[in-house]
Amino acid sequence: MDVAHYMGVPLGLCMAPLLLGIINRTKAFFAGRNGSPLFQAYYDIWKLLRKDAVYSRTTTWIFRSAPVVGLGSVMIAMILVPVAGSSLFAFTGDLIFFAYCLGLMRFATVIAALDTGSSFEGMGASREVHFSTLAEPALLLGLAALAKLSGSFSLTGMFGGLSGSDWLASGPAIALIAFAVFVVFLAENARIPVDDPNTHLELTMIHEVMILDYSGPDLGIVLYAAALKLWVLGALIVNILICAADLSGFSGLIVFAGGMFILAVLVGIVESIMARLSLLKVPQLLVGAGAMSVLALILVMRFTS
Amino acid sequence: MNLLTDSILVLLILASFLLLSSSRLSNCIKTVALQGMMVGVLPLAANDSLTCRVTAIALVIAGMKGIVFPYMLFRTLRESTTIKELKPYVGYTASMFAGVVSLVASFWLDSRLHLPVAASSRLVVPVAFSMMLTGIFLIVGRRTAVNQVIGYLVMENGIYTFGLAIVRDVPLLVELGVLMDMFMAVFVMGIAIYRINREFDHIDSDQLNTLKG
Repeated sequence: MDVAHYMGVPLGLCMAPLLLGIINRTKAFFAGRNGSPLFQAYYDIWKLLRKDAVYSRTTTWIFRSAPVVGLGSVMIAMILVPVAGSSLFAFTGDLIFFAYCLGLMRFATVIAALDTGSSFEGMGASREVHFSTLAEPALLLGLAALAKLSGSFSLTGMFGGLSGSDWLASGPAIALIAFAVFVVFLAENARIPVDDPNTHLELTMIHEVMILDYSGPDLGIVLYAAALKLWVLGALIVNILICAADLSGFSGLIVFAGGMFILAVLVGIVESIMARLSLLKVPQLLVGAGAMSVLALILVMRFTS
Repeated sequence: MNLLTDSILVLLILASFLLLSSSRLSNCIKTVALQGMMVGVLPLAANDSLTCRVTAIALVIAGMKGIVFPYMLFRTLRESTTIKELKPYVGYTASMFAGVVSLVASFWLDSRLHLPVAASSRLVVPVAFSMMLTGIFLIVGRRTAVNQVIGYLVMENGIYTFGLAIVRDVPLLVELGVLMDMFMAVFVMGIAIYRINREFDHIDSDQLNTLKG
């Protein structure tokens, strides 16, 4: 095992907030502004970590523990995702473990939002749960299709088992999976067209409303965990798309990081040219992503049988 | 060749899903035009040996389904004041679920069905079934007359695709006959919608139930 094998997780831990910077710069470019610095997310997190936290009297230990639980679970999910063909830890069935690590993170955020006793945060929690109920089948069915295609039930084996010849044999199915996971990626990370990360105190927001009561280091941890979640789910898409180029070692790491940056630019473009969907349309979008995953699964079963 | 055929077939299914989930009638017409064009060029992708005759028929069919029918539907839509399907019998998310269920059903049906001839791609027959089912669903589940015509067109696309899978080569006379019938049907339906719109100021076919002789 070379050094590159262990580099995947540190790479993610260091570079995840950079993705936010790239997205914001892309949006600024489209709007004709200069935009905030690329490393703004790092500055924000650093600033918040040095402050004191203020807690409302109605909150309990649930509210205080949620950021740490969220950060912990997204880090565990990060260990499972392969970077450049190898992950730190892999076992059969870890794709379900991966999905529910992210589920645990969401659960912590939601119950902390309910713990504040604010009706506004409860509303956001309700929306978050509603949408993720629809996004989860799309993600799991897409991963199931990949598992069927590669014959392996661990994330590392799945992406390692894919190759350029799979693209030739069942390219439409893989493209469908990539698109469905991309929609889930946008929905889970509260990006446009599902949620607008820039709006505060708007009646239509989802993620921002749940973390309104956090301040200081807690808010910093929440922001960092959200950046890591962006990285982890984005890594799935990049892995699906670059599996054709069989790379490992440092060249693999560089290609992977480049793929993540291109993905961030893509998110920025999507946010610049699309409006946020109305809340009633969001379930439709997510069910559409789920339908694509089902279609991909059927196609894969048809191709490999 | 096979990858191209499969990609077109997958796009056909995606177009059906899009039709099931969109409410704006002009978008529906554009989608069905795109689907018709893709169905039209399908024989070009599926056939290994292209003859002049097959190419000509494919282009004519793509032109009819992709340009002429949508043009007639757009003209009808302009006459009426309706731009959106407001209250469909089945909601859009539920329609999407129905589309997925019908897709699974078509693949199951295809696995039970032992056709005497092998289709050019393993996806052609199930995709054709799913398009027929989607077409029927659109006819039953939507109120506006334009959407019902669109359902009829989707169903015809499915039947055409199925015929392509079974006979492989496109019989000239039969296809032209079917196309002529289609043309007449859309023409007559366009006139009917126009008359309904002029008499009653809307194209909601559900309201026709209240007419008493």
